[in-house]
Amino acid sequence: MISLAGRDIMHSWGKFVFTGMGLGLLIGITLSMAGIYRGMVDDAKVLLDNSGADLWVVQKDTLGPYAESSSLYDDIWRGIRGMPGVERAANITYLTMQVGKQDGDVRAMVTGVTPGEPGTPGWPPYLVAGRQITRSHYEAVADIASGFKLGDRIQIRRNHYTIVGLTRRMVSSNGDPMVFIPLKDAQEAQFLKDNDAIREQRRRTAENPAFNRPGVPGLLDAVIASQSTNPYVNAVLVRVEPGHAPEEVAESIRRWKRLTVYTRSQMEEILVGKLIATSARQIFMFLVILSIVSSAIVAFIIYTLTLGKIREIAVLKLIGTKNRTIVGLIMQQSIALGLIGFVVGKISATLLMAPIFPKYVLLQPLDSVMGFIAVVMICVLSSIIAIRAALRVDPAEAIGG
Amino acid sequence: MKKLPFQKRTLALIAVLFPLLVLFVYVALRSGPLAPVSVVLATVENKSISPKLFGIGTIEARYTYKIGPTFAGRVKRLDVHVGERVKAGQVLGEMDPVDLDERIRAQDATLKRANAQLNEAQARKDYAQTQALRYEQLLKARSTSEEVVATKQQDLLVAKAGLTAAREELSRVRAEREALEAQRSNLSLVAPVDGLVVSRDADPGTTVVAGQAVVELIDPSTLWVNVRFDQIRARGLAAGLSAQITLRSQAGELQAGRVLRVEPLADAVTEETLAKVVFDQIPDPLPPIGELAEITITLPTLAATPVVPNAAIHHKDSRLGVWQVTNGDLRFTAVSLGIADLEGRVQIREGLKVGDQVVAYSENALNEHSRIHVVDHIPGVTQ
Repeated sequence: MISLAGRDIMHSWGKFVFTGMGLGLLIGITLSMAGIYRGMVDDAKVLLDNSGADLWVVQKDTLGPYAESSSLYDDIWRGIRGMPGVERAANITYLTMQVGKQDGDVRAMVTGVTPGEPGTPGWPPYLVAGRQITRSHYEAVADIASGFKLGDRIQIRRNHYTIVGLTRRMVSSNGDPMVFIPLKDAQEAQFLKDNDAIREQRRRTAENPAFNRPGVPGLLDAVIASQSTNPYVNAVLVRVEPGHAPEEVAESIRRWKRLTVYTRSQMEEILVGKLIATSARQIFMFLVILSIVSSAIVAFIIYTLTLGKIREIAVLKLIGTKNRTIVGLIMQQSIALGLIGFVVGKISATLLMAPIFPKYVLLQPLDSVMGFIAVVMICVLSSIIAIRAALRVDPAEAIGG
Repeated sequence: MKKLPFQKRTLALIAVLFPLLVLFVYVALRSGPLAPVSVVLATVENKSISPKLFGIGTIEARYTYKIGPTFAGRVKRLDVHVGERVKAGQVLGEMDPVDLDERIRAQDATLKRANAQLNEAQARKDYAQTQALRYEQLLKARSTSEEVVATKQQDLLVAKAGLTAAREELSRVRAEREALEAQRSNLSLVAPVDGLVVSRDADPGTTVVAGQAVVELIDPSTLWVNVRFDQIRARGLAAGLSAQITLRSQAGELQAGRVLRVEPLADAVTEETLAKVVFDQIPDPLPPIGELAEITITLPTLAATPVVPNAAIHHKDSRLGVWQVTNGDLRFTAVSLGIADLEGRVQIREGLKVGDQVVAYSENALNEHSRIHVVDHIPGVTQ
């Protein structure tokens, strides 16, 4: 049996290939949409992976540093470090803010990491250039998505920092690039008021007769000094010793320190289940709409192609071609169209759309395979209308028309 | 020739579809998790590193003199202003004496009165002595009674006691007057050393309590920087090490100094070790007290040992180590680290030898099954 589909495609291959490419762009967008969703989930997960922690100790009854604000005294880590099963505990602060550079500013998640050596919880696990922070002040490691380069001077609140290292895929759950700075600087950036506010506060204190007594020199200074300290952090990251179950260590911290502790799976639940749930549903909705639109367009193209050669089909019927052959003709064409579309879509999604998209687009091979199956299914289903039309053609039309 | 148009079409179709297919295969293998991870390698070098310590501190004066009255009073006069240099012994101002001069005058009168009383007592005593002598002679001549003589003797003793009392009263009054005069001279505020006036806390007319400062002096030749070093990195800090001081107002300009002492008391709350760093030469103009300064302290250079960049150090399964590359294979090698310097080089105590290849930078986090692709620098990173 000869392939009628192949011959028909050969006959008008230009039209066919270009139709396929057009369809491909649509499929490319659909794949990218799936990639954006995967990217969002991945952003949330890399945030947890990058912190290198097994447990997150946060302010009591809050959802922790990523989903809610949380502040703890910065000496709590010592008590936690002494608990059985805790291998390491490190303070950390997170603050999403605009980071200033000479030309404009960049939205970034400024992370204050405890000084120490590489591998301390909270530190960027790998670099793509430069070095890790070695000074306890005024150095920063930034994600390359921030656009900073090695040696750049950036401004966070009142201090200037030098970029000494670059990293990759260190993002907040919103996809903002992270900038790592030493903890003390970050505490200052997050909790210390600006100069005007400090002055106002000093004036207010000085005007309060309770703090400014004539007979007690030094009281006012002491009160002001106590007002300008900032001994807070957002969370304590805990790494559990091998051989201890994280849940068991978390339970003992909850019980004896009376703090809220999340394990890795609970934190993931908060990030994926609560923080990005609405955006994820939004993307999923788009995905469904795009799939419906794609199948409608495929059906429409196939139907038009079939109607275009209705006379030839009538001739085929007239000379006694089996229905199966005619169905094969349409369905093969439809699948060929789908294949070209998928190939073009995959290429355009990977090479064109993913790299320039402002958010991270994660194209997983499994998604591509599922996308391929879906494309073939949609093509098969959409060709049904065309097949019905073809089968209902009266052979007499071949002569009559 | 009949087949030619058909062949032409086939060729054209292949010309379009084949590159598409090649591109597709490339895309499928080169993107996502299947793609090899680009890495930049570093070689373990035998190098001597000179570790440095970095800390921040504020400029402080070693000696601060808070000059004020020794008892409550009102400021009468203040001759110096902030920023003026003063000499040792210079009178900076004066407290209002209030009633002190009047009390001294009263004391003068009391003194005179005491003198007069002394004269009176002296006169009484002289008279009593003469009388006693005369009656003793009359008794010898038997022209008076013994009782009268005894009375005259007693009068003499009383007059003598009165004289002593008048003398002591005189010295008491004199001492009181001296005390008032001392108080009077204590009212002037005098500079104890050559110094610089940094603060003027009260103006004439202000009432201050005892011990409250009116003027604050510093000795500008003894400026130092009170530096705080994070305890994690403070190893090797000792007195006498040379230091580089960068003032916040003069970023980029280094001043030479040295560590004067490391404080025996550390800050337990901020987990910092404190040290004092002095300037080799006091900057001119004088930096403001309280200005932020960055201190870099150079420790003695260490003997050459295997050294890797700190970007190569990773943490995996609660071990510190590096991703070692041998014949293109990736392996996690646990290492123990030595001292690090501020440029990000770390000594390797054990685990690696000179010449070993380790991963310095990688495009993604690595694991044992990662396929690697060695590059000069990670794509997309602008150096």
